[in-house]
Amino acid sequence: MRTWFFTEDAYPNLPDAESYESIRVNLPNKHFDPDTGADLYHMYLDMWCAADEMGLDIMNNEHHQTATCMLPAAPIVLGILARETKRARLLILGNPITNRKQPIRVAEEMAIIDVISRGRLECGFVRGVPYEIAPSNAFPYRGTEKLWEAHDLIMKAWTHHEGPFNFEGRWFHARQVNIWPRPYQQPHPPVWVTMGSAGSAAQVAQRKHVGAVFLAGYPNIRRLFDGYREGYLQAHGEEAPLERLACAALIYVADDEKRAHEGAEKLLWYLSSNKVAPQFNNPPGYHPPQVAANIMRGPRPGESDRRDPRVDVQMARGNLFAGTPDQVFQQIKKFWEYSGGFGNLLMMGQAGFMTMEETLSSMKLFTEEVYPRLKELTGSYDSGAMKELRASQPDVENVDVSAFASEFVR
Amino acid sequence: MEKNTDIKSILTLHGLDLPVIRKGSGPQILMLHGGDGPVSHLPFVEQLAERYEIIQPIHPGFAGSPIPEHFDNLQDLIFLYLDLIDSLDLRETVLMGFSMGGWLAAEIAVMNTRRFSRLVLVDSVGIKPGGPFDRDIADVFAISHAEQIKIGWHDPSEAPDPASMTDDELEILAASRIAHGLYTWEPFMHNPKLPYRLHRIDIPTLLIWGEGDGIVTPGYGEALRDMIPGARMTVIPKAGHFPQIEQPEAFVKHFLDFAKSTSQ
Repeated sequence: MRTWFFTEDAYPNLPDAESYESIRVNLPNKHFDPDTGADLYHMYLDMWCAADEMGLDIMNNEHHQTATCMLPAAPIVLGILARETKRARLLILGNPITNRKQPIRVAEEMAIIDVISRGRLECGFVRGVPYEIAPSNAFPYRGTEKLWEAHDLIMKAWTHHEGPFNFEGRWFHARQVNIWPRPYQQPHPPVWVTMGSAGSAAQVAQRKHVGAVFLAGYPNIRRLFDGYREGYLQAHGEEAPLERLACAALIYVADDEKRAHEGAEKLLWYLSSNKVAPQFNNPPGYHPPQVAANIMRGPRPGESDRRDPRVDVQMARGNLFAGTPDQVFQQIKKFWEYSGGFGNLLMMGQAGFMTMEETLSSMKLFTEEVYPRLKELTGSYDSGAMKELRASQPDVENVDVSAFASEFVR
Repeated sequence: MEKNTDIKSILTLHGLDLPVIRKGSGPQILMLHGGDGPVSHLPFVEQLAERYEIIQPIHPGFAGSPIPEHFDNLQDLIFLYLDLIDSLDLRETVLMGFSMGGWLAAEIAVMNTRRFSRLVLVDSVGIKPGGPFDRDIADVFAISHAEQIKIGWHDPSEAPDPASMTDDELEILAASRIAHGLYTWEPFMHNPKLPYRLHRIDIPTLLIWGEGDGIVTPGYGEALRDMIPGARMTVIPKAGHFPQIEQPEAFVKHFLDFAKSTSQ
């Protein structure tokens, strides 16, 4: 299993959340102090460099007009890391190409990073979350179609080497396309796409790209990964390799449970801070009508909130793995088996106010004591055995996390 | 006995199925609804239907109808309705539009007015009188529901309340919002070319505006009025963006006075 260290580059030094409507889109940037911001950028770059030295791979991402993520231009930071790191593969997950007006510019930026890093780029394409719509002013209806059209144009720009071509699509137009540089990796850097439904997963599988999911947890992981695996089998007549699937989770490892719990609490700033005004969460055309109607109605009594920021809730849902190295390994193993297997773990190892020291401490324990066992686990993957194992486990919404504390104390 | 019964029929125009609500009898009004969707049982409609035949197409995407695959923006709706007007062979018809439907009516009128007797624009969008930094039209897709009610209604208790809607009604509302976005997203709620074309309107034109409209203010209405040769404007007190709903008697009276006036 490859593990990718990820932080969203938060700017957490904010006024009381009661004093603002939304952390996304309209939080005035007077609350961003440039000196504090500079310190934070350097800290995050140092974290990624430390990940490189420890043997982890690197992931970053992009959001706009939000204190939850200071990277409205993720390729810039990935470009720095292309130079500063020596070994790690560099994943951007991803470029919001549905909302960007110039796919060619994305193709060019990615080619630069791939060449400077001598072929270490892994390039993600995403539709983006709903609160990205207002900052990009991209009407989100038919977003999936737009994503694939931009994707097709970028792929052609990367792989066509015999002089210019023109592109006249429904959404994008480009003339005399002939990018310099072209990518380092041939025929092109590995491509990742995020998946939100079984149908979208199948579209990723048809193209043999890596399919990634965020916060899917026990309630959704099988539906998404099964969608990918079935789509892959149908399109290519063979089973999807493990390394084509990726799952993101919050992970904190410590020597004792108390410190692990404290670390987990800090990571959950990622969820607890995400105060979003409804109008930015539900722009017309982003969600299908039924989903949009559900958001307009609000949660029904007794309905669980998938972004509930409590440690036990998120551990039970399979979005948060926290504990001693043994515990974390067992938690990931259980989820991995339940999911049917995946080859990439996107480790959100820092969020909110978590310090450099706290982050590195968890990364180090993970790298030394959890990671080797995960590699062993995926190394022993056998699709037949996995199918039997999966069939023996019924679908669940949550797992009993109390078991981890009693059975696997180090 | 029920009067003014709705007849909802499907008109097939070059392969596209368009639902049209027809109501009442008399001279015809081609009524183009706004982003809030079609209306039929409101008092102002009932009153107009006592003297007129109201022909109200449902813009594709609204009220549960599908958005045609090739539809991208208001232009598609303009040309669909040019087909509709030909198909129904409208003559001496009043062209009336509300908000986004007013913009649509103006776009149709600048093409050709020969099938229309009069034009009525109610709290219409469609132009941008100010500069790039001026917020001429409220950014309704980026403000809370509460704020929308506050700026759109003189009496917020008159506004439709999603909390009281059934699941099906909410889903139709959500689908209609998608269509509203499709027709108005960018340039937002206006066509930069329209001011260069409005001089072509050569039929009597009345603008009706709610005095308290905070989505497009009466000042915006005056700018629109000044671009249409001979157009008049009347402002209805105690009404916001929907004077036809908040003050139906005043609305209908102003319309009827205009309809029977012989000159501009």
